[in-house]
Amino acid sequence: MKIAITSTGTDTQSLVDERFGRAKGFIVHDMESGASEYIDNAQNMDSPQGAGIQAAKTVINAGVSALITGHVGPKAHAALIAAHVDMFTGASGTVDQAIQDFQDGKLTQASQATVEGHW
Amino acid sequence: MNIAVASGKGGTGKTTIALSLARYIAHNGSRVAVLDCDVEEPNVNLFLGAAIERTERAGVPVPSVDPAACTGCGACERICAFSAIVLINERPLVLPDMCHSCGGCALVCPTAAITEVPKEIGDIEYGSRNGIDYAGGRLAIGGHLSPPLINQVKRAYGSYDVRILDCPPGTSCPVIEAARGADYLVLVTEPTPFGLNDLMLAVDMVRAMGLPFGVVINRDGMGNADLERWCGVNDVRIVARVPFDRRIAEEYSRGDCASRIIECYGEQIALVAAAIAPAANHDRGTHAG
Repeated sequence: MKIAITSTGTDTQSLVDERFGRAKGFIVHDMESGASEYIDNAQNMDSPQGAGIQAAKTVINAGVSALITGHVGPKAHAALIAAHVDMFTGASGTVDQAIQDFQDGKLTQASQATVEGHW
Repeated sequence: MNIAVASGKGGTGKTTIALSLARYIAHNGSRVAVLDCDVEEPNVNLFLGAAIERTERAGVPVPSVDPAACTGCGACERICAFSAIVLINERPLVLPDMCHSCGGCALVCPTAAITEVPKEIGDIEYGSRNGIDYAGGRLAIGGHLSPPLINQVKRAYGSYDVRILDCPPGTSCPVIEAARGADYLVLVTEPTPFGLNDLMLAVDMVRAMGLPFGVVINRDGMGNADLERWCGVNDVRIVARVPFDRRIAEEYSRGDCASRIIECYGEQIALVAAAIAPAANHDRGTHAG
């Protein structure tokens, strides 16, 4: 299974980006192989609206089953639900730490959006 | 004839002037309607006090996808500039809040899988009092696209001699939508630094729109003379001045200051009516020719 973590940098030592739609980028981590790749989100960071939806498309197209981030807005939430991507919010620290917390079952699954749009 | 009453700064007295002007015009025998185009904070009827005769729901079209007919080609997603319809695992997901109702997705769908269905955006109420007919829009709670609702409010009483459009404050899309197509725009301001700053923005807007306009200084006598000076230097016509008068504020707090303004400063409202009169002639000329 693959998971996506919002990241402020290109490797797993980077800090988790608390934002989803306007995150700097995403680390896509393969739980089986342990491999990680970085997907840039610069285009969405500067878009006037719809950033959450487009970011959701990016991680869905990367084939992830779960997303780890700080907060998710209502439209991104709707798109991720439609694609059956589980959302885990409230993550902080490094991406490595967030992956470990996810494996240890320390992150809470978000059943609804945690913030309003454009927060 | 359509007269837009706008301001730049909020709280300068748009509704007060709009209703005073309506009262004056009705008294002089014309068929007049006031349309509350400030659908995010409607207040005309707080002061007019018309009994509401009917309320209409207002909606905009948004796409609905027939999953059986959809092939997942993505044409709808590619044409949508607002991410209101996106393909998730080759199935389209509609996000109605993002939709600007252009109809493009339904147009480009090769299998006619998309139809447009109404989404409620607010309602429009109708009533009348003291010879003034009234229509007012109210945006649905949680709604955020006011221009389509304003557009629908502006369809009311189309055949009337004079329609007064009470606009939202500011200089952004809702004001442009409300004022668009007006024959004359009355800019209500106050002689304070804040009033002047926002009047400058509003004058830029109305000049960009190419509408004839004039300024009404409300609460004249407060603040300073900077506003008058600026109007003089920039060739902005001041058509009337309503004094800063405690009696008006008292009537306002009781919910009716239009009658007190007509009583005490009717000549100022007559000046506004005189300023808009050439626009009426122009309006008639346009329709005749």
